[in-house]
Amino acid sequence: MYKKFNIYHIKKLHKLFIVIIMIGMHTITIYANTHIVCKTCAHTTIKETIKAASAYDTIIVKKATYNEYNIIVDKPLTIIGKNYPVIDGKRQGEIITIISDHVTIDGLFIINVGTSYTEDYAAIRVKKSKDFMIQNVVLEKLFFGIYLEKARDGVLYHNKIIGDAVEEYNSGNGIQLWYCKNIIIEHNFVQRVRDGIYLEFSDDCKIKNNVSSHNIRYGLHFMFSNNDSYENNTFEKNGAGVAVMFSKKIKMYRNIFKENWGSASYGMLLKEINDAEITENTFEENTIGINIEGSNRIQYSKNNFINNGWAIKVRGACYTNTFKLNNFLNNSFDISYNSKLNDNLFHNNYWSKYTGYDLDKDGIGDVPYRPVKLFSYIVNRTPETIILLRSLFIDIIDFSEKVSPVFTPDKLLDHHPLIHKIKW
Amino acid sequence: MLKILKYSFYDLMRSRWSYIYFLFYLLLGTVLLFLNNDLSKAIITLMNVIIILVPLIGTIFGVMYYYNSKEFTELLLAQPLKRNSIFLGQYLGLSLSLTMSLVLGIGIPFILYGIFKSDSIWNFSLLLITGAFLTFIFTALAFNISLSNENKIKGFGYAVLLWLFLAIIYDGIFLMSLILFEDYPLDKLSLFGTMLNPIDLSRTLILLKLDISALLGYTGAVFKKFFGTSFGLIVSLFMLFVWILIPTLRIIVKSKKKDF
Repeated sequence: MYKKFNIYHIKKLHKLFIVIIMIGMHTITIYANTHIVCKTCAHTTIKETIKAASAYDTIIVKKATYNEYNIIVDKPLTIIGKNYPVIDGKRQGEIITIISDHVTIDGLFIINVGTSYTEDYAAIRVKKSKDFMIQNVVLEKLFFGIYLEKARDGVLYHNKIIGDAVEEYNSGNGIQLWYCKNIIIEHNFVQRVRDGIYLEFSDDCKIKNNVSSHNIRYGLHFMFSNNDSYENNTFEKNGAGVAVMFSKKIKMYRNIFKENWGSASYGMLLKEINDAEITENTFEENTIGINIEGSNRIQYSKNNFINNGWAIKVRGACYTNTFKLNNFLNNSFDISYNSKLNDNLFHNNYWSKYTGYDLDKDGIGDVPYRPVKLFSYIVNRTPETIILLRSLFIDIIDFSEKVSPVFTPDKLLDHHPLIHKIKW
Repeated sequence: MLKILKYSFYDLMRSRWSYIYFLFYLLLGTVLLFLNNDLSKAIITLMNVIIILVPLIGTIFGVMYYYNSKEFTELLLAQPLKRNSIFLGQYLGLSLSLTMSLVLGIGIPFILYGIFKSDSIWNFSLLLITGAFLTFIFTALAFNISLSNENKIKGFGYAVLLWLFLAIIYDGIFLMSLILFEDYPLDKLSLFGTMLNPIDLSRTLILLKLDISALLGYTGAVFKKFFGTSFGLIVSLFMLFVWILIPTLRIIVKSKKKDF
């Protein structure tokens, strides 16, 4: 009896809620006005339109060039650009600053953000606000692109940020998050800035389907940010790849890391990362696929490492990481260690260099595979010897080391290497 | 010269050894593709084989051919023919037929497998070019050895030693010296050391294609210029030419002076 009564009660409450929400929406639609900005309208600048508008109004910006900067959005507004109107900041400073909750910005073309060595001028800055949405915005000739500062519950969707950065010290980041929470960054294109996407002290963010390429430093950069996830992104030809540092519980799924070339260039750089999951990513033609330093309890599974210089470089202080079901295909070096100590588990991976056999035909090689070669130890010591890669002499000394390990970690073995490539 | 080239070429075409050599590569290519089902992996394996085996076959075949056709050569020398054209003709005939066996033997299975439709075509053609270069270089070196040694056994011994030195021992010495002098900047020395060995040179050429991402991991301006631009490719190819040219010139000089 009691249970039934309870369910009935909840249903009633539900109806009441719907009624309240509908009334709420009704009032908004009744009282929200639409303002139009164009060169021949009542309002010719965005600034004065914002001043004239009241909360929850919509401002439509018609196609023209507006020479404005320091536009402050201090009330909940929806600003929509028709056919990409240009807002030219004339390199004077910041262009749009959002300090109110519930702001939507859609379809603007913002250029010429001011450069400063003391202040981080951004094309769009969101300051201590909630529930904002920035979409279909194109930014060019910028310093910082979209700068979120102590903001939360917002969405950045389908923006295009194209910088012209040359040096690290006088360029800004494409999308920067500082002390943010629960932000969704989706379908953005970031190019030629310092860091494509930079998260500092930002938790519970989702980064999906973005393309970040040709950036001076990192395609994506995490600092002190926990519980974030990034999936289906492409990071290509960045100065130093992707860096994930001093963060916990980051999930990295189905990303592509490609062609990050250089002496300090990585597909992914992990430093002081704990409890992360790295699954179904592809690392292709990077100088170093993943560089690991001081990272513990990380699960690597179902990743593809193809044609990298070093698929994985372990620098030290890395404990209880597991590498399972990964494909290591034609890398110059599969794994490189700088010490003899190993506390990481390699299990059921496919190694294209594996030369063992499978007599019982269960798909698992009968001889363990030793992924660390003596030559990788030599190259760590004397980098110039890299020129002897693939020489017969090197093969011979690698073979003798394989038979009785002296310099390489002797317990580092994949006891059950797979015979066939893993597909998923 | 062309006539002698033609004769020695046809002579070799009829010989059993050319066929065995050809069949060996045909079999190797087919088996590799059949087992791997992966073009780029097959090319890497073939590269390892070619870099070691082509020089070996080149030297042994060269020495063997010279000693075997010695009587015929002496007969030719009695005719009003230039010494140059006799020896160069023989050398080119042999090198060409070896190259043909190599190119056809590896080419046929790869073409049947569909190399033209894949993006590894450049890697593959580089492989064949290096193979051809190595054949020419080591046949020339073999002719040099056999011209200088009347004794067959000695000639064979030197030929095998030469191969062993360039294929394995040289790299060992090279590696030891790099480690020994690791406190000094070594990038110029290491590139210079590569130039002095045709096997290393062709290995570098292939590294440029296959392992460029690893090579760019080293911070050296000279390295970066060499591997990062087409400079490396041009220099390596040029040096391979030089490696053909010098032994060939020595064949000419030596054959002129030699008393038969």
